[in-house]
Amino acid sequence: MATPTPRVRVPATAKAGELIEIKTLISHEMESGQRKDSSGKVVPRKIINKFTATFNGKPVFEADWNPAISANPYQSFFYKASETGEFTFTWKDDDGSEYTAKNKLTVG
Amino acid sequence: MIMKPVEPTRRETFALAAIAGLAAFLAPKMVFADEGMVAAEIKKLYGDKKLESGKVKLDVPEIAENGLVVPINVEVESPMTEKDYVKAVHVFADGNPLPGVVSYKFTPSSGKAAASTRMRLAQTQNIVCIAEMSNGTLHTTKANIKVTIGGCGG
Repeated sequence: MATPTPRVRVPATAKAGELIEIKTLISHEMESGQRKDSSGKVVPRKIINKFTATFNGKPVFEADWNPAISANPYQSFFYKASETGEFTFTWKDDDGSEYTAKNKLTVG
Repeated sequence: MIMKPVEPTRRETFALAAIAGLAAFLAPKMVFADEGMVAAEIKKLYGDKKLESGKVKLDVPEIAENGLVVPINVEVESPMTEKDYVKAVHVFADGNPLPGVVSYKFTPSSGKAAASTRMRLAQTQNIVCIAEMSNGTLHTTKANIKVTIGGCGG
């Protein structure tokens, strides 16, 4: 499988106190561990089980995903802008790998 | 030549029925969660705490044509200040092989306790949503989704 590619949409600028919506998407098959292959064997589970968003190192939002989350998981959430800084988005895979994306936000 | 339709004998009928029964028994059955399992998950998280209604808004389609991708948007009414905010939101499905769907953790900097994602649903079922407030109270809501094609890889 190709390396999962995260895609994030964050506004570049915001006013202080403004509520912004952050939309994220990552390419991942999210193998549920429920499917069987053609020979009848269960396909082992391999999903992204955790998504976290931090701003300047402080936690903003976290989602624990179960196998019931669709392939190429989408997640949107909100953030109240207060200062200029950088978002770090992290996706944690069942196999231990981590995928990250960073986005700057300027508050003016 | 006229072929006489072959009627199965009584013995054959019994044999066929037995084979069908055995096949149904041996066929890999998909085990689904039920309301009891969802209740057990909630109990595991919060014990016997009282669940209040209201405040939680679950936005899901009434009918999902494709069970593989069902949009779900959860919103909880809260001022989202340091003193009063939504700590966590858990979503469960009572007709999937596993009851858990997603668990969110919010912080006051979230500004608004709302999040959307997309989930898989194996069949027509109820979605249960629990929100934990910073003062410890729990709010819940439920929605039924009719699924036309199940999203279980079948």
